[in-house]
Amino acid sequence: MAKFTKANSVGEWLDQRLNTTTLNKVLMTEYWIPKDINFLWAMGVLLATTFGILVISGIFLMMYYKPDVNLAFDSVNYTIMQEVAYGWLFRHMHGVAASVVFLIIYIHMFTGIYYGSYKQGREMIWISGMLLFVVFSAAGFSGYMLPWGQMSYWAAMVITNLFGGIPFIGPDLVVWIRGDFNVADATLTRFFMLHVFLLPIVIMALIAFHFYTLRIPHVNNQDSEELDFDAEAEKYLSGNKKESKVIPFWPIFISKDLAVLGIFLLFYFYLVFFHYEFAMDPVNFDPADNMATPPHIYPEWYFLWSYEVLRGFFFDIGPMKAFDIGLAAFGFANAIFLFLPFLDRDTKILPAHKRPGFFVWFWILMADLIVLTIWGKLPPTGANAWVGFVAATLFIVLFILLPVISKIDAKKRGE
Amino acid sequence: MSNETNRRDFLGYTFAAVAAVGGAASLVGMKKAWDPLPSVLSSGFTEFDLSTVKAGHPSTIMWRGKPVFILKKTADMQPNKRDLIINGDRYTIAIGLCTHLGCIPAWKKTKWKCPCHGGEFNASGEEIFGPPPRPLDLPPFSISGTKIVLGEEGPEYKKIAAAIKA
Ligand code: FES
Repeated sequence: MAKFTKANSVGEWLDQRLNTTTLNKVLMTEYWIPKDINFLWAMGVLLATTFGILVISGIFLMMYYKPDVNLAFDSVNYTIMQEVAYGWLFRHMHGVAASVVFLIIYIHMFTGIYYGSYKQGREMIWISGMLLFVVFSAAGFSGYMLPWGQMSYWAAMVITNLFGGIPFIGPDLVVWIRGDFNVADATLTRFFMLHVFLLPIVIMALIAFHFYTLRIPHVNNQDSEELDFDAEAEKYLSGNKKESKVIPFWPIFISKDLAVLGIFLLFYFYLVFFHYEFAMDPVNFDPADNMATPPHIYPEWYFLWSYEVLRGFFFDIGPMKAFDIGLAAFGFANAIFLFLPFLDRDTKILPAHKRPGFFVWFWILMADLIVLTIWGKLPPTGANAWVGFVAATLFIVLFILLPVISKIDAKKRGE
Repeated sequence: MSNETNRRDFLGYTFAAVAAVGGAASLVGMKKAWDPLPSVLSSGFTEFDLSTVKAGHPSTIMWRGKPVFILKKTADMQPNKRDLIINGDRYTIAIGLCTHLGCIPAWKKTKWKCPCHGGEFNASGEEIFGPPPRPLDLPPFSISGTKIVLGEEGPEYKKIAAAIKA
């Protein structure tokens, strides 16, 4: 055993046993961040905070929630909302955070795409981030089911039915996932388990991994300038703070993050107190009824774009059934972002405004996603169906074109 | 030296074998834990008297938590190979869940329209528009007199199921 001398303070005592001084350096005071980054890089801290809010408010909700088809609806809408002191507050905080977390994830994602932060050397950051997105989606969906309202029920019906489209094992898989021939009690209890236990710990593990992937290639910056972090850190530590292009995460950089976080929290609590209804679909205040489908069903706003890709293909093409095309397109839409680092063939890391072709590609993609999101909420009839079809096709074409477009950009620069 | 290495290899392989068997066994156990419970599987039969329905107005009954449509066809509705014929009356029997993603289609005068993605089914339960990939599914049933029992595979069911396949 190492030799321990008598410690003079609690800090020293801990340092001897846990090496806290070094840990603090590695994670905080000597974790170097480029100076040249804007508020969009604060989204990571926002996400971590929002996730913290979700966990804590979730713990309080779980103490009164009952995962049983006969009790679930009332335990939420009566017990938690009416009886539990501040139950309504925890519910609104949880519901609004679940919605807002996706807004921040999308901003975080598209910041990464705009500045090329997924490229050469940073692939693992991107991939771990996309895995987080997938698990967050699963957590969001499984949580949406728990109040057992009409929308909960029919969302579960539609999403579990999606697995029926998988060749050969589809129909049996659906029954297995549900634990019943229909969406029923078994389905609710297992989704409850996923939502409150399995998915959150997977998320926590992935968050740790996501942070770790960042530590080695370091965070990108606005000009995508390649920094020699060791040399810049050296400069900073030797007192040459002005010339150095990096600053320590703690306490210098974090102050900017915290300022952005302050603004975000004002916005978040404004929603919680005054506009919580944007995260609470009115249809979900009717108890689930397995004998009546609501006239128009749609997911929460953050899934609308991929939902619209799913139903954009509403007619059969040749021997292919509309259902299968839609499902394949949906699978494509959800998986393709994962491959972004490999579809982008540009040899350099550059922000989008320095890559003419990619710049256009990026903004068309943004516009297309907005169109998909808006039309995803409209009933799929008449002209709406065609808008959905065009937008869904465009989405796929964009990703097929990306390797070509990014290559052309590199060529034009003479590479 | 080489002796020792071999002994360690052997220990390693032994562990791998035990772990593989144990791992496979637990996967089977976990898979089965998510299967429907016996009480769900045996969730019985539903009886319904066909003579109570009015032609052109489908009834919906619940079987195993799912809606089942029973439509007595009117004279101007096309006969179909999947019709159940009892005393000269033609019936469409179908599970009332859209074969696309499982919404319940609503009866609109002459056809079922699915609210979710606009799928449509005719009075015989066949898909005529939109994304549904196949006709409405046929639930197993048997007939005694004018009574239909859902959940049992009678000869009438087998005949219709075979006709649908062909
Ligand atoms: S569920 Fe009926 S058309 Fe999609």
